[in-house]
Amino acid sequence: MKAKIFVTLKQGIHDPQGQAIYQSLTTLGFQNVADVRMGKLLEVDLKETDQEKAESTVKSMCQKLLANPVIEDFRYELLGP
Amino acid sequence: MNIGVIVFPGSNCDRDCYHVCQEVLGQHTHLIWHQETSLRGVDAVILPGGFSYGDYLRTGSIARFSPIMEAVKRYAAEGGLLLGICNGFQILLEAGLLPGAMHRNKNLSFICEDAYVKVENASTPFTSQCESGQVLKLPIAHAEGNYYTDSVTLSALQANAQIVFRYCDRDGRVTPDSNPNGSLDNIAGIRNAAGNVVGLMPHPERCAEELLNNQDGLLIFQSMLKAFNQPVTKP
Repeated sequence: MKAKIFVTLKQGIHDPQGQAIYQSLTTLGFQNVADVRMGKLLEVDLKETDQEKAESTVKSMCQKLLANPVIEDFRYELLGP
Repeated sequence: MNIGVIVFPGSNCDRDCYHVCQEVLGQHTHLIWHQETSLRGVDAVILPGGFSYGDYLRTGSIARFSPIMEAVKRYAAEGGLLLGICNGFQILLEAGLLPGAMHRNKNLSFICEDAYVKVENASTPFTSQCESGQVLKLPIAHAEGNYYTDSVTLSALQANAQIVFRYCDRDGRVTPDSNPNGSLDNIAGIRNAAGNVVGLMPHPERCAEELLNNQDGLLIFQSMLKAFNQPVTKP
């Protein structure tokens, strides 16, 4: 089973990287961009076929290491058998 | 006094800390590899600057799981003197030994320059040799020094005098212009509630002897030595 984990900055946390990308897009002529927020995508291969177990593993790894709860949120998708 | 400097893969200020403690301060100093599990009974522990684990994932996020960190956490819980400098500060935050988190500098640049910091709390084990409100010139060198915490924690830090250093101008004025990295409330260094753990972004070990034309950083190490020689219990 594969997990796609998205780690993003919490709402309200200043995102200097997103701002820089936003400005660059504006400079390039993409005038219809309102805002950019940047995050991380992690693809984790799990040696697990049980959906519930996989889910609890992914949650636990996010809480312990992959996201910093002070500034980041996480969400995930579980894919395939 | 016996001082331990923890060496993580990617630490690069460990030898500078060792030099200041061993040669300038004249104390027995031990370099302790991160795979070790014992602090060898040292009287103070320094987590040095650098790029532990290449700053992968988040600064300090992987180093906090090094085997030695279990011993460091126990040591801190028992009231041991613990100082985190730059990446060491980031590790303390990730390990939950200090509150908050580090974020990219507001201007996205790696900033390497002298900064002025105001000593906001001169009664910690690492600032007792400073005057309250004293302005120190200390070099900073980081890309992630933009300190952040939620408003409840910030209020607690302010109320409990846990903000130890704040970025300021040459005359000690804490202003937005004197904030190099966008850090919340100009925070350059904080302590834990118990007072035995301090983390700061500037590098006192890079300005602790006459040869370097700046000895402001030595005050931090001399304070640590005094805390060992004349331990006092402070809130």
